[in-house]
Amino acid sequence: MTVTWDLSNVRISDQLKRAFAICKKNIRVYYIKGPVIVFGILIPLFLFGAFLIGREIPPKFLVSSLMSMSVFFTATAVAPAIMPWEGQAKTLERLVSSPVSIATIVLGDIFASFLFGVLLSLVPFALGLAIGVTVIDPATLLTGVLLASFCFSSLAAALSTWPTNIPSNVMMLMTFVKFPLLFISGIFVPIEKMPDWSRPVASLSPLTYFVDLARYSIEGINHYPISLSMVALTAFSLLFFTLAVKLHEKNMPKRL
Amino acid sequence: MEATDLTKRYGSIMAVDHISFRVEHGEFFGFLGPNGAGKTTTIRMLTGVIKPDFGTAHIMGYDIRKESLRAKQVLGILPEMANAYVDLTAWQNLMFQSELYGVSKKAREKRAVELLRKLGLYDRKDQAVKGFSKGMKQRLLLCMALVNDPRILVLDEPTTGLDVQSARLIREMLQHLARTGVTIFLTTHNMEEASQLCDRVAIINNGRIAAVDRPEKLRAATKELESIEIAFDRPIEIGSLSGLSNVIDAKKMGDKIRLYTTDPDDLIHQIVGYAKARELKIVALNVLAPSLEDIFIKLTEGK
Repeated sequence: MTVTWDLSNVRISDQLKRAFAICKKNIRVYYIKGPVIVFGILIPLFLFGAFLIGREIPPKFLVSSLMSMSVFFTATAVAPAIMPWEGQAKTLERLVSSPVSIATIVLGDIFASFLFGVLLSLVPFALGLAIGVTVIDPATLLTGVLLASFCFSSLAAALSTWPTNIPSNVMMLMTFVKFPLLFISGIFVPIEKMPDWSRPVASLSPLTYFVDLARYSIEGINHYPISLSMVALTAFSLLFFTLAVKLHEKNMPKRL
Repeated sequence: MEATDLTKRYGSIMAVDHISFRVEHGEFFGFLGPNGAGKTTTIRMLTGVIKPDFGTAHIMGYDIRKESLRAKQVLGILPEMANAYVDLTAWQNLMFQSELYGVSKKAREKRAVELLRKLGLYDRKDQAVKGFSKGMKQRLLLCMALVNDPRILVLDEPTTGLDVQSARLIREMLQHLARTGVTIFLTTHNMEEASQLCDRVAIINNGRIAAVDRPEKLRAATKELESIEIAFDRPIEIGSLSGLSNVIDAKKMGDKIRLYTTDPDDLIHQIVGYAKARELKIVALNVLAPSLEDIFIKLTEGK
């Protein structure tokens, strides 16, 4: 009942090249469009703007939060809907009948999402530089952005496995996951100021670890050890990627 | 290409029921069957898109269950419900497809130009596919199926619903490919098309193979479907022919009458006698071998 992804008999480097081809196609077909801008920049700005009103927020906190939201929203903006779109547009069967594994297709989707997450994180970063915010640890920030963008893209790929060809259904599911994560991850209220009961909940969200890394890199404040945040983001990425591949293998025939 | 005991069940429905067949190298093989017979499910199993519940298929020696990527690498596929990316140009679609098969840049550009020229799309190569007609899209999909220079080409209803020009171009392309030694596996509803193109055909019904043979042999094996088509100089009541012996069935076909028989020679003599007795002039009389359509209907009806 599943589509095979027998990498055992095909060179992984070939599959990686093909994943980049899928990434390029995704960028052309799905990403160079309005929704990415809307979800990646405007929504974080609006959300944070609403939070800012009536409060004294330090610029460093503002920039680290905006960067976190920007990576999170951009990396999860389009990827969940790609499979349903492909199923609806009848391009999916062509794709799965090509000599590419499901893992390759998922990786292609993640690459495109990852690139946009990284790219659009530069917008709040540039905004921070313009208002005089300096970065204390650029290497950690860069590593954090890369890990987080991959992790959130993998999360989006895992959520795209819902076996429907109606993009709005998947986007609705994504909204139910995204917004709770946003509110429990220390973006609006730093983890150290959260009630005791909510801290263990925050530790279940991958976004928490990126927010902590961004805060450390820009404000010099962190709740978790830096290495722990990086390991957590890597572990979440692996978990989401594996889930995405396994569930797509199971559900793909239902989309055709 | 060899299918062995391929089986697929969807809930309580047995879509494909232990079917086996072999397509030889360079053969043009037709796969016919009514809607819902299991054609597309079979193709999807053969091409590794879905896994069979039981049985397997080998493509150039590669087991589709265990080595599906290697098997897919030698296949060119045109699925029934496929579409190109409508926001991309024809050229971008072809380049993307080539990259999925690992075709080098130089080779894919050369091949794309060649294919687009052959299928009459070269002048439109930089146009987004959303502006293409159905026929143009299908021609592009055939180009996409051929970018990897496949040894085996699998086509699911490639000419259904197309304009005459596109259907003809595609058929000519398939005939050309068959001459160059490409193995072709084709499903179609068009019996005339299957009859013209295929070396052998399999007829599938209710998930089972009803017959596999050369079209001519299938015709010869169904002698009772031989018929005589006659036209008289004035209309007659079809029921008046039922008195003739050796007539299995009589059908009105426009201004002609088709009489199915197991003994055409005897029936011709009877028809001549019938015409003389009624002072009718015979304006046309043809002895027809059973068409593939007749055979198809006979093998699939009532099962």
